Amino acid sequence: MSISRREFLKIAGASIILGFGDISAINALEKVEGTQVLKDIKALKAKRWAMVIDIKKFKTEEDYKRVIDACHRIHNVPHIENPKHEVKWIWTETYEHAFPDIEYEYIPEDIKHKPFIVLCNHCDNPACVRVCPVKATFKREDGIVMQDMHRCIGCKFCMAACPFGARSYNWLHPRDYIKEENREFPTRTTGVVEKCILCYWRIDKGLPPACVEASNGALIFGDLADPNSEVRRVLSANYVIRRKAELGTKPMVYYII
Amino acid sequence: MLEAAIKGRPRYWGWVLFLLGVIIIGFIAWLREHHLGSGLTTGLSRDVSWGLHVGQLTFFVGVAASAVMVVLPYYLHNYKAFGRITIMGEFLAICAVVISMLSVFVIMGQPARVWNVLLHPTPRSVIFWDLLVLMVYLILNALCGWTVLSAERKDVPPPKWIKPFIYWAIIWAPSIHTVTAFLYAGLPGRAHWMTALQAAHFLATAFAAGPCLLIILSMIARKVSRFDPGSIAIQTLAKIATYALIIHIFFIGLEFFTAFYSQIPDHMRSLQYLYVGLEGHKELVPVMWTSSILAVIGLFLLVIPATRRNENSLAIAALAVFFSIWLDKGFTFVAGGFIPNPFERVTGYWPALNEFLVAAGVWAIGFLVLTILYKVAVSIKEEMVFDKYGEKQVRT
Amino acid sequence: MYDGWKIIIGIIIFLGIATFPILYDLGKAAPPPPEPKIDTPEIQKMVEKKCVEPKSFMKVEHMVLLKDWRDLYVREGRSIYLSADGKQYNISLSNTCMKCHSNKKKFCDECHNYAAVTPYCWDCHIEPKEEG
Repeated sequence: MSISRREFLKIAGASIILGFGDISAINALEKVEGTQVLKDIKALKAKRWAMVIDIKKFKTEEDYKRVIDACHRIHNVPHIENPKHEVKWIWTETYEHAFPDIEYEYIPEDIKHKPFIVLCNHCDNPACVRVCPVKATFKREDGIVMQDMHRCIGCKFCMAACPFGARSYNWLHPRDYIKEENREFPTRTTGVVEKCILCYWRIDKGLPPACVEASNGALIFGDLADPNSEVRRVLSANYVIRRKAELGTKPMVYYII
Repeated sequence: MLEAAIKGRPRYWGWVLFLLGVIIIGFIAWLREHHLGSGLTTGLSRDVSWGLHVGQLTFFVGVAASAVMVVLPYYLHNYKAFGRITIMGEFLAICAVVISMLSVFVIMGQPARVWNVLLHPTPRSVIFWDLLVLMVYLILNALCGWTVLSAERKDVPPPKWIKPFIYWAIIWAPSIHTVTAFLYAGLPGRAHWMTALQAAHFLATAFAAGPCLLIILSMIARKVSRFDPGSIAIQTLAKIATYALIIHIFFIGLEFFTAFYSQIPDHMRSLQYLYVGLEGHKELVPVMWTSSILAVIGLFLLVIPATRRNENSLAIAALAVFFSIWLDKGFTFVAGGFIPNPFERVTGYWPALNEFLVAAGVWAIGFLVLTILYKVAVSIKEEMVFDKYGEKQVRT
Repeated sequence: MYDGWKIIIGIIIFLGIATFPILYDLGKAAPPPPEPKIDTPEIQKMVEKKCVEPKSFMKVEHMVLLKDWRDLYVREGRSIYLSADGKQYNISLSNTCMKCHSNKKKFCDECHNYAAVTPYCWDCHIEPKEEG
């Protein structure tokens, strides 16, 4: 190591003081000569991630369960029975509840009561990001609306701001409600808000989100800014709807019905 | 000046001990919430994630802002009758800001991380601004109140340098409540809160509830001490509260018109839930109607000159208006905005006992601050038989 | 001096409380500093027993390193750590650090208890399974 302990401390200390604006002291490390923190070259790259959910491909209960379990299992999402304290990242709502504004009286019964997969819309203009007082929820350059559970203070402002009910607060100690822990992934603690993070940690390793992988092609994921991407191909070939698009948050999850 | 706060009759110490007791109970309840998880200790849920505490923030920011209703006439219009109670208004503002800020603090799921708000300041978030304006308002009121009172004790005019701070506080008062309204009025998908009227409506309720509380506190001060805030001041406060209450009721009417004439479901749903119940959920209906009836009682007693001038009926009116607005803004307004939820489902809300005890602890801290400050102020006033305009302010 | 005795008693009580922690430990031997154990099977298997950075650095700076890792990973998506000697590591508390240091009780807790610090890492991150 070409830098002495004393020098490192000086740099770390100074960057903490300078960082008191918000450019927090996260770069102290890199100032140590020779060390670097890099992005994985295998990481999937996009200007604007988006997802299309082809709800026609969900036929049996198993189709839904496979997708939801894939997410909830690897992310240690607790299973709480009481709907008041539920934590969920991806789940189902019937059409009439997922799309209350375009729920018409005489549409086919099988659509009206059909369960739709819902999750965080990773809005391009997210209200939750706007209101968060500590930037615990923030938008990445590739469009993922992230939730930094280390930083969250648990004020729940984002839950009031999100028009999609996508956010869950840990009202209870989550570990009491996890049957099988995935030891590779953290749980959360009581008093923080969590939600779908679009498997950023898988994307950064070059893997698609877990739900997409488990969906057998029912969930299509890709770069909305790339005209040759699969999402763009699907979007140009199908009529799609979005949840509450009129609110201007620009949701990035599209549905083929 | 503070030494006045450690001298008092047993009655004073009894009250202080009572408040300390409530604070301890509230603190234990708060610890209990963090130990067990707020799922078991509050009535909040995934769908109604803010409740009683955020209501207290909203209501008491209003009480704090209402100090401007005595400070402005006194300092800008030289309205002499408010000379004696201006300090009471300013000290009430301090108490109310303390309650507001603590009410935000107790909703935090990770209280130890609350400094993140300062470590990572985020001007796009309204909470950041709310914290900022409240902090500044607290300092301004403490500074102005304390400086003017010190001068009064020494029987000299207040120093000239304090004037700009007083004017600053006057401009600042409406801003704190405007920012509080912006917490709600800018959220997509919460139709009940999303009204451009929100800040104006908040200010109307504030200028009704605040002066009513000040009337009650003035009457208490007159009972427990020899200091007399003055009948004229109390009557003027009553008139301010009357006009503000009328505007508040007018604004409720406006909200109803917009929602129900337009027939837009999102705008009607919350009002339906609050006033008649929705899909079988009626938790807050009795509260809402109690609030409405109290508002009407208060309105009649305040509008009719005879009952406004009679201090007994005025006391009833002041209590009615104060509690009417507290039930509305401090209780139902916040939960109502969350119902129905984004999936058009109704999850009701009723605060749990533990939640109430935490709120009681917060009130007690605020009122302990108020008690100490008022004790100091009243002790100084009691020593001056005549106020600075030569009017008698002490009963002998 | 008015109320002189009250003031003096007050000062004595204050000094008593303020110096209590020092007086309480007076004459007692300081407990020996803990020595974190690195005898886990994973570390035993290593040819060159070396952490991501030298021991002297890790001993003093591990908390800064972990905090930086955390923020760079979660907030900037930078998941690979290139150490000063040119080796690459995946940034992960549970899957990189604790894979070697699987003896959390001996390695982390003993020192943290000694220093009376309670990092909240383990409120969320799952600690390695250990005997006993």
